Amino acid sequence: MNPATDDLRDLYQEMVVDHSRRPRNFGRPADANHHAEGYNPLCGDRVTVYLRVVDGVIEAVGFEGSGCAISTASASLMTEALKGKTPAEAEALFADFRALVSGTAPGGGAAAALGKLAVLAGVQEFPARVKCATLAWHTLRAALHDEAEPVSTE
Amino acid sequence: MKIASNELQALQPARPLAFDVGRLRGDFPILARRVHGQPLVYLDNAATSQKPRAVVDAEARYYAEYNANIHRGLHCLSEEATAAYEAARDRVQRFVNAARREEIVFVRGTTEAINLVAASYGQRLRPGDEILISAMEHHSNIVPWQLLCERSGARLCVAPIDDAGQLRLDEFERLLGPRTRLVAVTHVSNALGSINPVAELVALAHAHGAAVLVDGAQAVPHLKVDVQALDCDFYAFSGHKLYGPTGVGVLYGKAALLDAMPPWQGGGDMIRQVSFARTTYNDLPYKFEAGTPNIAGGIGLGAAIDYVDALGLDAVAAHERDLLAYATARAADTPGLRLIGTAAAKAGILSFVVDGVHAHDVGTILDRAGVAVRSGHHCAMPVMERFGVPATVRASFALYNTRAEVDALFAALARVREVFA
Repeated sequence: MNPATDDLRDLYQEMVVDHSRRPRNFGRPADANHHAEGYNPLCGDRVTVYLRVVDGVIEAVGFEGSGCAISTASASLMTEALKGKTPAEAEALFADFRALVSGTAPGGGAAAALGKLAVLAGVQEFPARVKCATLAWHTLRAALHDEAEPVSTE
Repeated sequence: MKIASNELQALQPARPLAFDVGRLRGDFPILARRVHGQPLVYLDNAATSQKPRAVVDAEARYYAEYNANIHRGLHCLSEEATAAYEAARDRVQRFVNAARREEIVFVRGTTEAINLVAASYGQRLRPGDEILISAMEHHSNIVPWQLLCERSGARLCVAPIDDAGQLRLDEFERLLGPRTRLVAVTHVSNALGSINPVAELVALAHAHGAAVLVDGAQAVPHLKVDVQALDCDFYAFSGHKLYGPTGVGVLYGKAALLDAMPPWQGGGDMIRQVSFARTTYNDLPYKFEAGTPNIAGGIGLGAAIDYVDALGLDAVAAHERDLLAYATARAADTPGLRLIGTAAAKAGILSFVVDGVHAHDVGTILDRAGVAVRSGHHCAMPVMERFGVPATVRASFALYNTRAEVDALFAALARVREVFA
Protein backbone atom coordinates (compact mmCIF):
# COMPACT_ATOMS: atom_id res chain seq x y z
CA MET A 1 0.00 0.00 0.00
CA ASN A 2 1.19 3.48 -0.77
CA PRO A 3 2.27 5.29 2.43
CA ALA A 4 0.57 8.44 1.20
CA THR A 5 -2.79 6.69 1.07
CA ASP A 6 -2.16 5.07 4.47
CA ASP A 7 -1.80 8.57 5.88
CA LEU A 8 -5.14 9.47 4.37
CA ARG A 9 -6.77 6.44 5.94
CA ASP A 10 -5.31 7.49 9.31
CA LEU A 11 -6.65 11.01 8.86
CA TYR A 12 -10.11 10.24 7.60
CA GLN A 13 -10.98 7.39 9.93
CA GLU A 14 -14.52 6.14 9.89
CA MET A 15 -15.34 7.92 13.14
CA VAL A 16 -13.98 11.22 11.78
CA VAL A 17 -16.04 10.97 8.61
CA ASP A 18 -19.08 9.98 10.66
CA HIS A 19 -18.77 12.94 13.04
CA SER A 20 -18.23 15.31 10.11
CA ARG A 21 -21.40 14.04 8.44
CA ARG A 22 -23.55 13.81 11.56
CA PRO A 23 -22.07 16.25 14.05
CA ARG A 24 -23.19 15.66 17.65
CA ASN A 25 -24.46 18.50 19.84
CA PHE A 26 -24.97 20.74 16.84
CA GLY A 27 -26.83 23.86 17.92
CA ARG A 28 -27.17 26.11 20.92
CA PRO A 29 -27.97 24.33 24.16
CA ALA A 30 -30.79 25.75 26.27
CA ASP A 31 -29.59 28.28 28.84
CA ALA A 32 -26.11 28.50 27.39
CA ASN A 33 -24.26 31.12 29.43
CA HIS A 34 -20.99 31.37 27.54
CA HIS A 35 -20.21 31.47 23.85
CA ALA A 36 -17.51 32.55 21.43
CA GLU A 37 -16.90 32.62 17.70
CA GLY A 38 -13.93 31.15 15.89
CA TYR A 39 -12.77 31.74 12.35
CA ASN A 40 -10.07 30.28 10.16
CA PRO A 41 -9.46 32.91 7.48
CA LEU A 42 -7.32 30.51 5.47
CA CYS A 43 -10.17 28.17 4.63
CA GLY A 44 -13.23 30.13 5.75
CA ASP A 45 -14.18 27.69 8.51
CA ARG A 46 -16.46 29.27 11.09
CA VAL A 47 -17.57 27.87 14.41
CA THR A 48 -19.53 29.15 17.38
CA VAL A 49 -19.12 27.23 20.63
CA TYR A 50 -21.80 27.44 23.36
CA LEU A 51 -21.39 26.36 26.96
CA ARG A 52 -23.59 26.06 29.99
CA VAL A 53 -21.32 26.24 32.99
CA VAL A 54 -22.99 25.76 36.37
CA ASP A 55 -21.15 25.65 39.69
CA GLY A 56 -17.81 25.31 37.94
CA VAL A 57 -18.85 22.37 35.78
CA ILE A 58 -19.51 22.32 32.04
CA GLU A 59 -23.04 20.93 31.93
CA ALA A 60 -23.75 21.35 28.25
CA VAL A 61 -21.75 22.08 25.11
CA GLY A 62 -22.93 22.77 21.60
CA PHE A 63 -21.57 24.25 18.41
CA GLU A 64 -22.72 25.73 15.14
CA GLY A 65 -20.87 26.62 12.00
CA SER A 66 -19.51 25.20 8.80
CA GLY A 67 -16.15 23.83 7.92
CA CYS A 68 -14.11 20.99 6.56
CA ALA A 69 -14.45 17.41 7.77
CA ILE A 70 -11.58 17.75 10.22
CA SER A 71 -12.84 20.92 11.88
CA THR A 72 -16.43 19.69 12.06
CA ALA A 73 -15.48 16.26 13.42
CA SER A 74 -13.10 17.82 15.90
CA ALA A 75 -15.80 20.21 17.18
CA SER A 76 -18.30 17.37 17.44
CA LEU A 77 -15.88 15.09 19.32
CA MET A 78 -14.92 17.97 21.57
CA THR A 79 -18.49 18.58 22.65
CA GLU A 80 -18.80 14.93 23.68
CA ALA A 81 -15.54 15.00 25.60
CA LEU A 82 -16.26 18.14 27.62
CA LYS A 83 -19.51 17.30 29.33
CA GLY A 84 -19.05 17.12 33.10
CA LYS A 85 -15.54 18.59 33.05
CA THR A 86 -14.42 21.65 34.95
CA PRO A 87 -12.96 24.52 32.90
CA ALA A 88 -9.50 23.61 34.22
CA GLU A 89 -9.95 20.01 33.09
CA ALA A 90 -11.12 21.25 29.70
CA GLU A 91 -7.98 23.37 29.32
CA ALA A 92 -5.81 20.41 30.28
CA LEU A 93 -7.58 18.25 27.73
CA PHE A 94 -6.94 20.91 25.07
CA ALA A 95 -3.24 20.88 25.92
CA ASP A 96 -3.10 17.09 25.49
CA PHE A 97 -5.16 17.26 22.31
CA ARG A 98 -3.02 19.98 20.79
CA ALA A 99 0.14 18.03 21.60
CA LEU A 100 -1.37 14.99 19.89
CA VAL A 101 -2.47 16.64 16.65
CA SER A 102 0.66 18.75 16.30
CA GLY A 103 2.85 15.70 16.90
CA THR A 104 4.55 17.14 19.98
CA ALA A 105 3.09 14.72 22.52
CA PRO A 106 5.72 12.86 24.58
CA GLY A 107 6.35 9.61 22.76
CA GLY A 108 4.08 10.84 19.96
CA GLY A 109 1.14 8.89 21.39
CA ALA A 110 -2.19 9.91 22.80
CA ALA A 111 -2.60 10.69 26.49
CA ALA A 112 -5.00 8.20 28.09
CA ALA A 113 -7.38 11.00 29.06
CA LEU A 114 -8.07 11.82 25.40
CA GLY A 115 -10.31 8.81 24.85
CA LYS A 116 -12.18 9.07 21.53
CA LEU A 117 -10.35 12.31 20.68
CA ALA A 118 -7.32 10.14 19.87
CA VAL A 119 -9.02 9.27 16.58
CA LEU A 120 -7.68 12.61 15.29
CA ALA A 121 -4.06 11.53 15.80
CA GLY A 122 -3.70 11.22 12.02
CA VAL A 123 -3.72 15.02 11.74
CA GLN A 124 -0.08 15.08 12.88
CA GLU A 125 0.96 13.86 9.42
CA PHE A 126 -0.82 16.88 7.88
CA PRO A 127 0.67 20.05 9.40
CA ALA A 128 -1.56 22.29 7.26
CA ARG A 129 -4.62 20.75 8.91
CA VAL A 130 -3.66 21.22 12.58
CA LYS A 131 -5.54 24.53 12.60
CA CYS A 132 -8.68 22.79 11.40
CA ALA A 133 -8.50 20.34 14.29
CA THR A 134 -7.85 22.98 16.93
CA LEU A 135 -10.26 25.72 15.79
CA ALA A 136 -13.13 24.53 17.99
CA TRP A 137 -10.79 24.18 20.94
CA HIS A 138 -9.40 27.70 20.61
CA THR A 139 -12.98 28.88 20.42
CA LEU A 140 -13.87 26.88 23.52
CA ARG A 141 -11.13 28.60 25.44
CA ALA A 142 -12.42 32.00 24.28
CA ALA A 143 -15.93 31.00 25.40
CA LEU A 144 -14.65 30.02 28.83
CA HIS A 145 -13.00 33.44 29.08
CA ASP A 146 -16.00 35.25 27.55
CA GLU A 147 -13.92 36.86 24.84
CA ALA A 148 -16.07 39.08 22.66
CA GLU A 149 -13.73 39.23 19.65
CA PRO A 150 -13.88 36.23 17.31
CA VAL A 151 -10.91 33.90 17.65
CA SER A 152 -8.76 33.63 14.56
CA THR A 153 -6.37 30.78 13.89
CA GLU A 154 -4.12 33.05 11.81
CA MET B 1 21.71 49.04 -24.18
CA LYS B 2 18.71 48.20 -26.31
CA ILE B 3 18.51 44.68 -27.65
CA ALA B 4 18.21 44.99 -31.42
CA SER B 5 14.59 44.35 -32.28
CA ASN B 6 15.50 42.26 -35.31
CA GLU B 7 17.51 40.01 -33.02
CA LEU B 8 14.44 39.37 -30.89
CA GLN B 9 12.20 38.83 -33.86
CA ALA B 10 14.53 36.09 -35.01
CA LEU B 11 13.44 34.19 -31.90
CA GLN B 12 9.86 34.28 -33.05
CA PRO B 13 9.24 32.17 -36.13
CA ALA B 14 6.39 33.41 -38.31
CA ARG B 15 4.61 30.20 -37.42
CA PRO B 16 5.33 28.88 -33.94
CA LEU B 17 7.15 25.58 -33.69
CA ALA B 18 4.90 22.58 -33.17
CA PHE B 19 3.74 22.74 -29.57
CA ASP B 20 5.50 19.72 -28.08
CA VAL B 21 4.48 19.57 -24.42
CA GLY B 22 6.61 16.51 -23.71
CA ARG B 23 9.71 18.33 -24.87
CA LEU B 24 9.03 21.65 -23.20
CA ARG B 25 8.26 20.01 -19.85
CA GLY B 26 11.98 19.29 -19.79
CA ASP B 27 12.55 23.06 -19.63
CA PHE B 28 10.97 23.15 -16.13
CA PRO B 29 13.27 21.41 -13.64
CA ILE B 30 10.65 21.22 -10.88
CA LEU B 31 8.30 19.10 -12.98
CA ALA B 32 10.66 16.15 -12.53
CA ARG B 33 10.14 15.99 -8.79
CA ARG B 34 7.85 13.69 -6.86
CA VAL B 35 5.43 14.61 -4.08
CA HIS B 36 4.42 12.02 -1.47
CA GLY B 37 6.01 9.40 -3.71
CA GLN B 38 3.89 10.42 -6.70
CA PRO B 39 4.88 12.38 -9.80
CA LEU B 40 4.06 16.04 -9.27
CA VAL B 41 0.92 17.16 -11.11
CA TYR B 42 1.07 20.91 -10.73
CA LEU B 43 -2.35 22.48 -11.31
CA ASP B 44 -2.00 25.56 -9.10
CA ASN B 45 -0.75 27.83 -11.85
CA ALA B 46 -3.20 30.63 -11.13
CA ALA B 47 -1.48 30.98 -7.75
CA THR B 48 1.97 30.93 -9.28
CA SER B 49 3.52 29.22 -12.28
CA GLN B 50 6.69 27.15 -12.33
CA LYS B 51 9.84 28.61 -13.84
CA PRO B 52 11.74 27.41 -16.88
CA ARG B 53 15.46 26.86 -16.47
CA ALA B 54 16.07 29.94 -18.63
CA VAL B 55 14.51 32.14 -15.94
CA VAL B 56 16.32 30.45 -13.06
CA ASP B 57 19.59 30.76 -15.00
CA ALA B 58 19.03 34.40 -15.92
CA GLU B 59 18.64 35.32 -12.25
CA ALA B 60 21.60 33.19 -11.21
CA ARG B 61 23.77 34.65 -13.98
CA TYR B 62 23.05 38.18 -12.84
CA TYR B 63 24.14 37.39 -9.30
CA ALA B 64 27.13 35.30 -10.37
CA GLU B 65 28.42 37.51 -13.17
CA TYR B 66 27.31 41.14 -13.10
CA ASN B 67 25.55 41.92 -9.83
CA ALA B 68 25.62 45.68 -9.27
CA ASN B 69 23.21 48.48 -8.58
CA ILE B 70 21.68 50.12 -11.60
CA HIS B 71 21.33 53.65 -12.93
CA ARG B 72 24.17 54.99 -10.82
CA GLY B 73 27.48 53.21 -11.14
CA LEU B 74 29.96 54.31 -13.75
CA HIS B 75 31.65 50.96 -13.56
CA CYS B 76 31.35 48.05 -15.92
CA LEU B 77 29.15 45.81 -13.77
CA SER B 78 26.65 48.58 -13.14
CA GLU B 79 26.47 49.33 -16.85
CA GLU B 80 25.86 45.68 -17.66
CA ALA B 81 23.20 45.34 -14.96
CA THR B 82 21.48 48.55 -16.10
CA ALA B 83 21.50 47.38 -19.70
CA ALA B 84 20.00 44.00 -18.80
CA TYR B 85 17.33 45.52 -16.56
CA GLU B 86 16.34 48.12 -19.13
CA ALA B 87 16.34 45.50 -21.89
CA ALA B 88 13.77 43.61 -19.81
CA ARG B 89 11.64 46.75 -19.79
CA ASP B 90 11.81 46.83 -23.59
CA ARG B 91 10.67 43.20 -23.72
CA VAL B 92 7.70 44.00 -21.49
CA GLN B 93 6.85 46.98 -23.68
CA ARG B 94 6.77 44.79 -26.79
CA PHE B 95 4.99 41.97 -24.96
CA VAL B 96 1.96 44.14 -24.12
CA ASN B 97 2.45 46.45 -27.12
CA ALA B 98 2.82 49.64 -25.13
CA ALA B 99 3.46 52.70 -27.26
CA ARG B 100 6.50 53.80 -25.25
CA ARG B 101 8.97 52.14 -22.91
CA GLU B 102 8.41 54.95 -20.38
CA GLU B 103 4.93 53.57 -19.87
CA ILE B 104 6.30 50.40 -18.26
CA VAL B 105 6.80 50.84 -14.51
CA PHE B 106 8.40 47.96 -12.65
CA VAL B 107 6.72 47.19 -9.34
CA ARG B 108 6.58 44.30 -6.87
CA GLY B 109 3.53 42.69 -8.46
CA THR B 110 -0.06 43.29 -9.47
CA THR B 111 -1.05 44.25 -5.93
CA GLU B 112 1.57 46.96 -5.75
CA ALA B 113 0.66 48.23 -9.21
CA ILE B 114 -2.96 48.68 -8.16
CA ASN B 115 -1.94 50.30 -4.88
CA LEU B 116 0.30 52.70 -6.80
CA VAL B 117 -2.61 53.86 -8.94
CA ALA B 118 -4.90 54.11 -5.91
CA ALA B 119 -2.33 56.17 -4.00
CA SER B 120 -1.22 58.44 -6.82
CA TYR B 121 -3.98 58.74 -9.40
CA GLY B 122 -6.41 58.44 -6.50
CA GLN B 123 -5.36 61.85 -5.19
CA ARG B 124 -7.61 63.51 -7.74
CA LEU B 125 -10.73 61.86 -6.32
CA ARG B 126 -13.17 64.02 -4.38
CA PRO B 127 -16.05 63.25 -2.03
CA GLY B 128 -18.98 61.87 -3.99
CA ASP B 129 -16.83 60.58 -6.86
CA GLU B 130 -17.33 56.93 -7.74
CA ILE B 131 -15.07 53.99 -8.40
CA LEU B 132 -16.65 51.09 -10.26
CA ILE B 133 -15.36 47.56 -9.86
CA SER B 134 -16.88 44.16 -10.61
CA ALA B 135 -18.17 41.45 -8.29
CA MET B 136 -15.49 39.03 -9.50
CA GLU B 137 -12.47 41.01 -8.32
CA HIS B 138 -9.56 39.62 -6.33
CA HIS B 139 -9.15 41.24 -2.92
CA SER B 140 -6.20 43.18 -4.35
CA ASN B 141 -8.57 44.96 -6.74
CA ILE B 142 -11.10 45.68 -3.97
CA VAL B 143 -9.25 46.69 -0.83
CA PRO B 144 -6.99 49.43 -2.31
CA TRP B 145 -10.16 51.12 -3.61
CA GLN B 146 -11.91 50.76 -0.25
CA LEU B 147 -8.92 52.43 1.38
CA LEU B 148 -9.00 55.16 -1.25
CA CYS B 149 -12.72 55.67 -0.64
CA GLU B 150 -12.04 56.07 3.08
CA ARG B 151 -9.36 58.67 2.36
CA SER B 152 -11.18 60.61 -0.33
CA GLY B 153 -14.86 60.27 0.47
CA ALA B 154 -15.41 58.55 -2.87
CA ARG B 155 -17.92 55.73 -3.20
CA LEU B 156 -17.26 52.16 -4.32
CA CYS B 157 -19.79 50.69 -6.77
CA VAL B 158 -19.86 47.02 -7.71
CA ALA B 159 -21.17 45.65 -11.00
CA PRO B 160 -22.77 42.23 -10.42
CA ILE B 161 -22.09 38.95 -12.20
CA ASP B 162 -24.56 36.34 -13.46
CA ASP B 163 -24.90 32.70 -12.42
CA ALA B 164 -22.29 31.62 -14.94
CA GLY B 165 -19.79 34.06 -13.45
CA GLN B 166 -20.00 36.60 -16.28
CA LEU B 167 -20.07 40.33 -15.76
CA ARG B 168 -23.56 41.77 -16.22
CA LEU B 169 -22.81 44.28 -18.98
CA ASP B 170 -26.21 45.96 -18.65
CA GLU B 171 -25.60 46.57 -14.94
CA PHE B 172 -22.04 47.68 -15.58
CA GLU B 173 -23.28 50.27 -18.05
CA ARG B 174 -26.07 51.37 -15.73
CA LEU B 175 -23.57 51.95 -12.91
CA LEU B 176 -21.39 54.20 -15.07
CA GLY B 177 -22.44 57.74 -14.25
CA PRO B 178 -21.28 61.34 -14.27
CA ARG B 179 -19.42 60.79 -10.97
CA THR B 180 -17.57 57.65 -12.11
CA ARG B 181 -13.91 58.62 -12.13
CA LEU B 182 -12.29 55.21 -12.29
CA VAL B 183 -13.20 51.71 -13.36
CA ALA B 184 -11.08 48.81 -12.06
CA VAL B 185 -11.82 45.39 -13.53
CA THR B 186 -10.04 42.13 -13.91
CA HIS B 187 -9.22 40.83 -17.37
CA VAL B 188 -9.56 37.19 -16.27
CA SER B 189 -11.17 36.14 -12.99
CA ASN B 190 -8.78 34.19 -10.79
CA ALA B 191 -11.59 32.30 -9.05
CA LEU B 192 -13.87 31.62 -12.03
CA GLY B 193 -11.75 31.86 -15.16
CA SER B 194 -14.21 34.27 -16.81
CA ILE B 195 -12.65 36.51 -19.45
CA ASN B 196 -14.06 40.03 -19.41
CA PRO B 197 -14.66 41.94 -22.65
CA VAL B 198 -12.14 44.56 -21.63
CA ALA B 199 -12.06 46.59 -24.85
CA GLU B 200 -15.83 46.97 -24.67
CA LEU B 201 -15.71 47.95 -20.97
CA VAL B 202 -13.01 50.50 -21.67
CA ALA B 203 -15.05 52.07 -24.48
CA LEU B 204 -18.09 52.33 -22.22
CA ALA B 205 -16.07 53.81 -19.36
CA HIS B 206 -14.33 56.33 -21.61
CA ALA B 207 -17.67 57.42 -23.00
CA HIS B 208 -18.47 58.42 -19.41
CA GLY B 209 -15.12 60.09 -18.89
CA ALA B 210 -13.77 57.45 -16.49
CA ALA B 211 -10.25 56.06 -16.57
CA VAL B 212 -9.83 52.27 -16.55
CA LEU B 213 -7.40 50.05 -14.69
CA VAL B 214 -7.25 46.41 -15.77
CA ASP B 215 -5.99 43.70 -13.44
CA GLY B 216 -4.18 41.47 -15.89
CA ALA B 217 -2.56 39.06 -13.42
CA GLN B 218 -4.47 36.06 -14.74
CA ALA B 219 -4.58 37.23 -18.34
CA VAL B 220 -1.02 37.83 -19.48
CA PRO B 221 0.07 34.17 -19.16
CA HIS B 222 -2.87 32.99 -21.25
CA LEU B 223 -3.98 35.67 -23.73
CA LYS B 224 -2.21 38.01 -26.08
CA VAL B 225 -2.58 41.42 -24.46
CA ASP B 226 -2.34 44.59 -26.51
CA VAL B 227 -2.79 47.59 -24.25
CA GLN B 228 -3.17 49.96 -27.20
CA ALA B 229 -5.92 47.84 -28.74
CA LEU B 230 -7.66 47.60 -25.36
CA ASP B 231 -7.15 51.35 -24.92
CA CYS B 232 -7.04 50.85 -21.13
CA ASP B 233 -5.39 53.56 -19.07
CA PHE B 234 -3.60 51.22 -16.66
CA TYR B 235 -2.77 47.54 -16.92
CA ALA B 236 -1.27 45.63 -14.00
CA PHE B 237 0.33 42.20 -13.88
CA SER B 238 2.80 40.03 -11.98
CA GLY B 239 5.90 38.29 -13.24
CA HIS B 240 5.51 35.13 -11.21
CA LYS B 241 2.30 33.98 -12.88
CA LEU B 242 4.01 34.44 -16.24
CA TYR B 243 6.78 31.90 -15.56
CA GLY B 244 8.92 34.69 -14.13
CA PRO B 245 10.25 35.35 -10.62
CA THR B 246 8.21 36.47 -7.64
CA GLY B 247 8.61 40.02 -6.41
CA VAL B 248 8.48 41.71 -9.79
CA GLY B 249 5.51 42.99 -11.71
CA VAL B 250 4.44 45.69 -14.10
CA LEU B 251 2.23 48.71 -14.13
CA TYR B 252 1.52 49.93 -17.63
CA GLY B 253 0.07 53.42 -17.72
CA LYS B 254 -0.58 55.84 -20.54
CA ALA B 255 2.28 58.32 -20.52
CA ALA B 256 0.07 61.39 -20.31
CA LEU B 257 -1.63 60.03 -17.19
CA LEU B 258 1.57 58.87 -15.52
CA ASP B 259 3.17 62.22 -16.28
CA ALA B 260 0.39 64.10 -14.56
CA MET B 261 0.37 61.82 -11.51
CA PRO B 262 2.31 62.64 -8.34
CA PRO B 263 5.01 60.20 -7.21
CA TRP B 264 3.83 57.64 -4.70
CA GLN B 265 7.05 56.64 -2.95
CA GLY B 266 9.98 58.93 -2.38
CA GLY B 267 13.59 57.90 -2.40
CA GLY B 268 16.59 57.35 -4.59
CA ASP B 269 16.28 56.98 -8.35
CA MET B 270 12.91 58.75 -8.50
CA ILE B 271 14.40 62.23 -8.17
CA ARG B 272 16.21 64.63 -10.44
CA GLN B 273 17.45 67.07 -7.86
CA VAL B 274 17.04 67.18 -4.13
CA SER B 275 17.55 70.11 -1.83
CA PHE B 276 15.93 70.82 1.49
CA ALA B 277 13.98 73.60 -0.15
CA ARG B 278 12.70 71.74 -3.18
CA THR B 279 12.95 68.39 -4.93
CA THR B 280 12.26 67.75 -8.58
CA TYR B 281 11.32 64.34 -9.84
CA ASN B 282 12.81 62.06 -12.41
CA ASP B 283 11.27 61.29 -15.78
CA LEU B 284 8.99 58.35 -16.43
CA PRO B 285 9.11 55.57 -15.54
CA TYR B 286 11.71 56.28 -12.85
CA LYS B 287 9.47 58.78 -11.07
CA PHE B 288 7.56 55.72 -9.83
CA GLU B 289 10.56 53.51 -9.09
CA ALA B 290 12.01 54.73 -5.81
CA GLY B 291 14.83 52.73 -4.30
CA THR B 292 16.84 49.82 -5.64
CA PRO B 293 14.40 47.63 -7.53
CA ASN B 294 14.26 43.85 -7.87
CA ILE B 295 16.99 43.83 -10.50
CA ALA B 296 17.35 40.06 -10.75
CA GLY B 297 13.57 39.76 -10.87
CA GLY B 298 13.27 42.22 -13.73
CA ILE B 299 15.96 40.40 -15.68
CA GLY B 300 14.24 37.08 -14.91
CA LEU B 301 10.92 38.47 -16.12
CA GLY B 302 12.59 39.45 -19.38
CA ALA B 303 13.82 35.86 -19.76
CA ALA B 304 10.32 34.54 -19.02
CA ILE B 305 8.84 36.75 -21.74
CA ASP B 306 11.48 35.53 -24.18
CA TYR B 307 10.52 31.96 -23.31
CA VAL B 308 6.79 32.52 -23.82
CA ASP B 309 7.37 34.56 -26.99
CA ALA B 310 9.46 31.78 -28.50
CA LEU B 311 6.59 29.33 -27.98
CA GLY B 312 4.01 31.85 -29.15
CA LEU B 313 1.21 32.88 -26.84
CA ASP B 314 -1.37 31.84 -29.42
CA ALA B 315 -0.04 28.28 -29.37
CA VAL B 316 0.00 28.34 -25.56
CA ALA B 317 -3.58 29.58 -25.50
CA ALA B 318 -4.71 26.89 -27.94
CA HIS B 319 -3.06 24.20 -25.83
CA GLU B 320 -4.68 25.50 -22.65
CA ARG B 321 -8.06 25.74 -24.36
CA ASP B 322 -7.78 22.08 -25.25
CA LEU B 323 -6.93 21.18 -21.63
CA LEU B 324 -9.84 23.23 -20.31
CA ALA B 325 -12.29 21.67 -22.77
CA TYR B 326 -11.07 18.20 -21.88
CA ALA B 327 -11.24 18.85 -18.13
CA THR B 328 -14.67 20.47 -18.44
CA ALA B 329 -15.99 17.41 -20.28
CA ARG B 330 -14.52 15.10 -17.65
CA ALA B 331 -16.06 17.23 -14.91
CA ALA B 332 -19.47 16.89 -16.56
CA ASP B 333 -19.06 13.09 -16.35
CA THR B 334 -18.14 13.19 -12.66
CA PRO B 335 -21.10 12.68 -10.33
CA GLY B 336 -21.31 15.10 -7.42
CA LEU B 337 -18.96 17.63 -8.98
CA ARG B 338 -20.30 21.12 -9.64
CA LEU B 339 -18.38 23.72 -11.63
CA ILE B 340 -18.30 27.25 -10.23
CA GLY B 341 -17.74 29.56 -13.17
CA THR B 342 -19.14 28.45 -16.50
CA ALA B 343 -18.67 31.60 -18.55
CA ALA B 344 -18.77 31.26 -22.32
CA ALA B 345 -15.35 32.90 -22.51
CA LYS B 346 -12.96 31.28 -20.03
CA ALA B 347 -9.24 30.93 -19.50
CA GLY B 348 -7.68 27.72 -18.18
CA ILE B 349 -9.28 27.67 -14.74
CA LEU B 350 -11.54 24.91 -13.44
CA SER B 351 -13.14 25.91 -10.14
CA PHE B 352 -15.49 23.39 -8.55
CA VAL B 353 -17.07 21.95 -5.44
CA VAL B 354 -17.67 18.30 -4.57
CA ASP B 355 -21.03 17.45 -3.01
CA GLY B 356 -20.75 16.88 0.72
CA VAL B 357 -16.97 17.30 0.84
CA HIS B 358 -15.27 20.53 1.85
CA ALA B 359 -12.71 21.94 -0.58
CA HIS B 360 -9.97 21.62 2.02
CA ASP B 361 -10.53 17.89 2.42
CA VAL B 362 -10.48 17.53 -1.37
CA GLY B 363 -7.21 19.48 -1.47
CA THR B 364 -5.58 17.26 1.14
CA ILE B 365 -6.57 14.06 -0.65
CA LEU B 366 -5.43 15.37 -4.03
CA ASP B 367 -2.11 16.44 -2.54
CA ARG B 368 -1.42 12.90 -1.36
CA ALA B 369 -1.90 11.81 -4.97
CA GLY B 370 0.72 14.37 -6.03
CA VAL B 371 -1.89 16.72 -7.47
CA ALA B 372 -1.38 20.34 -6.40
CA VAL B 373 -4.51 22.50 -6.57
CA ARG B 374 -5.74 25.48 -4.62
CA SER B 375 -8.57 24.99 -2.12
CA GLY B 376 -10.08 28.02 -0.52
CA HIS B 377 -11.66 31.35 -1.30
CA HIS B 378 -8.91 32.39 -3.75
CA CYS B 379 -8.75 35.86 -2.19
CA ALA B 380 -12.16 36.46 -3.72
CA MET B 381 -14.53 36.08 -0.78
CA PRO B 382 -17.32 38.09 -2.48
CA VAL B 383 -17.24 35.58 -5.36
CA MET B 384 -17.62 32.69 -2.90
CA GLU B 385 -20.52 34.48 -1.27
CA ARG B 386 -22.16 35.11 -4.66
CA PHE B 387 -22.16 31.37 -5.34
CA GLY B 388 -23.08 30.41 -1.78
CA VAL B 389 -20.00 28.26 -1.18
CA PRO B 390 -17.38 28.71 1.53
CA ALA B 391 -14.58 27.65 -0.77
CA THR B 392 -13.86 25.92 -4.05
CA VAL B 393 -11.21 23.61 -5.41
CA ARG B 394 -9.38 25.27 -8.28
CA ALA B 395 -7.32 23.50 -10.91
CA SER B 396 -5.55 25.98 -13.17
CA PHE B 397 -3.56 25.13 -16.26
CA ALA B 398 -0.28 26.29 -17.72
CA LEU B 399 1.57 25.62 -20.94
CA TYR B 400 3.30 22.52 -19.53
CA ASN B 401 0.19 20.66 -18.35
CA THR B 402 -1.08 17.60 -20.20
CA ARG B 403 -4.28 15.65 -20.67
CA ALA B 404 -2.63 12.85 -18.67
CA GLU B 405 -2.39 15.28 -15.76
CA VAL B 406 -6.07 16.10 -16.10
CA ASP B 407 -6.67 12.34 -15.92
CA ALA B 408 -4.55 12.20 -12.75
CA LEU B 409 -6.71 14.96 -11.25
CA PHE B 410 -9.89 13.01 -11.91
CA ALA B 411 -8.38 9.74 -10.68
CA ALA B 412 -7.54 11.51 -7.43
CA LEU B 413 -11.08 12.92 -7.27
CA ALA B 414 -12.38 9.37 -7.46
CA ARG B 415 -10.28 8.70 -4.36
CA VAL B 416 -12.08 11.58 -2.61
CA ARG B 417 -15.37 9.79 -3.15
CA GLU B 418 -13.89 6.57 -1.74
CA VAL B 419 -12.73 8.28 1.44
CA PHE B 420 -16.09 9.96 1.93
CA ALA B 421 -18.17 7.07 0.61
